[in-house]
Amino acid sequence: MATRSDKLWWYCCIASLIPLIMLLVDISQDNLGANAIQALHIRLGDWALRFLWLTLAITPLQVITQWRGMADYRQLFGLYSFFYASLHVLGYLFADHNGVWGNIAVDILESPYIWFGVFAFIVILLLAISSPKAAKKRMGKNWKKLHRYIYAASCAAMIHYFWQLKGNLAEPLFYLILLVLLLGFRILVWLQTKQFNKLMIPKGHK
Amino acid sequence: MLIKPKAAISSAEITDEQHFKQRRSLIKALLASGASGVLPVAAANAGQTPPLSATPAELVQSYNNYYEFAFDKESVRDLAQALPTDQWSLEIGGEVEKPGKFYLEDILRQQPLEERLYRFRCVEAWSMVVPWLGFPLQRLLAQVKPLSSAKFVKFTSVYQPEFMPNQERGLMLAWPYVEALRIDEAMHPLTILATGMYGNHLPKQNGAPLRLVVPWKYGFKSIKAIVKIELQSKPPVTTWNKSAPHEYGFYANVNPDVSHPRWSQATERPLGSALFTARRNTELFNGYAEQVASLYTNMDLRHFF
Ligand code: HEM
Repeated sequence: MATRSDKLWWYCCIASLIPLIMLLVDISQDNLGANAIQALHIRLGDWALRFLWLTLAITPLQVITQWRGMADYRQLFGLYSFFYASLHVLGYLFADHNGVWGNIAVDILESPYIWFGVFAFIVILLLAISSPKAAKKRMGKNWKKLHRYIYAASCAAMIHYFWQLKGNLAEPLFYLILLVLLLGFRILVWLQTKQFNKLMIPKGHK
Repeated sequence: MLIKPKAAISSAEITDEQHFKQRRSLIKALLASGASGVLPVAAANAGQTPPLSATPAELVQSYNNYYEFAFDKESVRDLAQALPTDQWSLEIGGEVEKPGKFYLEDILRQQPLEERLYRFRCVEAWSMVVPWLGFPLQRLLAQVKPLSSAKFVKFTSVYQPEFMPNQERGLMLAWPYVEALRIDEAMHPLTILATGMYGNHLPKQNGAPLRLVVPWKYGFKSIKAIVKIELQSKPPVTTWNKSAPHEYGFYANVNPDVSHPRWSQATERPLGSALFTARRNTELFNGYAEQVASLYTNMDLRHFF
């Protein structure tokens, strides 16, 4: 029996695949421009970042609107961030470097902007692995502690974005402003209640 | 008119002999096998430097770093078309015997154009191979007779804020764009002033009507739309070096061992390469070490990056 909110969840789940489909269409039509591989990095990196920001937006939205049952959406968008970040990393390893591990090692070692990407990816990977309800139960209090690293991951992703930049500042500044708002909200709540814990409780769910 | 019959010197003449022979034997092998398209693959598999083949013109002319117009590479082509490039004149001055202002058309009447097929390596780790049409800078400099006090050559790009949006807004860099070479670099036979590419006029997005091409340095040294050349005794302040001195040095010689502070320079992505192909290993001096390394003997390339 799908309730109305279940249906919305499914819509979101399917809609989140649209960027991937559009990317595949562009690849098949040779539509990525002169530097197709860079275009691929940018597309997938941007979507990993957008889903991460969406994930961070759920809690403030829930607090402001008092809607219930939004934790499922937080999980959904978080997993999609992981999905696009994984494609981004696979694209880097294989579409870009074609699995030439010597080159990959040198490239990562000499590119500080990638260190921040790697850190963000490792965190997102751990969060994705520990995302199932069973893992959450098993981890108890530690789950919350671990999942707070999403803040570190998003800051690292932001630095990763800024540091690979060659020209246009406008776009990353836009995402930086959003990040400041999203994290600022948590700081405000924390200052008010001095109880960070409240933020992570999926109110009224299960 | 501007463009004269091309190729007084064939690109073979500026390719060193070993590569040339290698290319000849590859071409023979190709003819024997009767299959086109085998060539680059065969060369790559043999672990040798494949012979240069030009990047498709469409890519070179649609992916342009030209910050006066835009910070992204895709919108430059459209925006650049507004720049007026007729009746172009070039001022040459400073430490020379015969300074003056010259119409480009008059300069070109005296300079036979040559085709030069050069690798071009951007500091952002992408690269291309371009058949330029141009003439050696040394030939133009010889005409104005540099004084012995001339140690550096400073180049200045056009300042046209009505047509260059980021000059109008005063964004990012100190406009106009300035670049410079040491006099021996400027006099090197590989250093050319280009007025065309692919056997045709230089497109505006690629720096029409007159740009510098220094194939062993990162692309930002190869300044576009030049209006002024000054010979100086002191090192000129150049645009990127001034804007981010720890990221962009005065020399900016292509060097896989000296990484940019934020990214590696060990490998590069040739424009037009397909997904799932390995990157190209970047070569010291972009593959022109044999011709130019002697300019930098006893210099610490890490320090003078
Ligand atoms: C192992 C981890 C990672 C690697 C190796 C990696 C690699 C890259 C590379 C090669 C680029 C392109 C740079 C260029 O254009 O020259 C890039 C850009 C980018 N990456 Fe990553 N990345 C990683 C993780 C991440 C993660 C976890 C995120 C986000 C959550 C992310 C978001 C981005 C963004 C937003 C861009 C810039 C896109 C733009 O310019 O609009 N990356 N990354």
